[in-house]
Amino acid sequence: MPMDESVRKAILGAVPSLRAFAISLCGNVDRADDLVQETMLRALANIDSFQPGTNMPAWLFTILRNHFRSEYRKRRREVEDTDGHYADSLKSQPEQHGQVEFREFKEALTHLPSDQREALILVGASGFSYEEAANICGCAVGTIKSRVNRARTRLAELLSIDGVNDFGPDEQTRAVLAGGGE
Amino acid sequence: METPETTNKKGDAKPGKLGRDVQARLGQQLRAMYDDVVNQGVPDRFAELLNRLENNGNKDKH
Repeated sequence: MPMDESVRKAILGAVPSLRAFAISLCGNVDRADDLVQETMLRALANIDSFQPGTNMPAWLFTILRNHFRSEYRKRRREVEDTDGHYADSLKSQPEQHGQVEFREFKEALTHLPSDQREALILVGASGFSYEEAANICGCAVGTIKSRVNRARTRLAELLSIDGVNDFGPDEQTRAVLAGGGE
Repeated sequence: METPETTNKKGDAKPGKLGRDVQARLGQQLRAMYDDVVNQGVPDRFAELLNRLENNGNKDKH
């Protein structure tokens, strides 16, 4: 059958977030785009197994994630879990605060174990529920929750933030943030 | 994996529990990073890929 227009739309519509997810997984735009392309090919090849009316983005994310995982197992050339030198490299950067902070954040993210990183991204950025994320990752909801928690904790450690005063972007933000706390 | 030596009992200055402000901040940065990519939209290669596949009809590819 020719490609259903709604399928085409749904797949293309998911591409931007698939790319964002893929980049966060593999840390490389070109490779991420290859992952997305492979995901589309697989999705179309298996479109019969997709149940119309169910969550197409979640289905596509699952394909992408599984493909990444199996590919990753083959060629482990990922940057992962390199703890030590990282914290040192962060001290004393002479750029503007927000910018540095953002760059540091991205860097810190690459130091998370990949299962924690993907959980955090799915829930915190892609906007999936814990249940959806659990389906995508093929694990229990509780596992996703604890991965997300550990990811946040680890990020805060890596970024040496344990309180509002450590952020220091600007007074206003700080005041706003502090207002919600306590 | 738990780390017993951190005695995560009363969780005072424990890194185990993050304040909501910290979480909010991390979430903000996470989304900013993610949305940077999302806002790039759909690169041409992907629309072209679908066109090509469509023209090929319904084969089992791969």
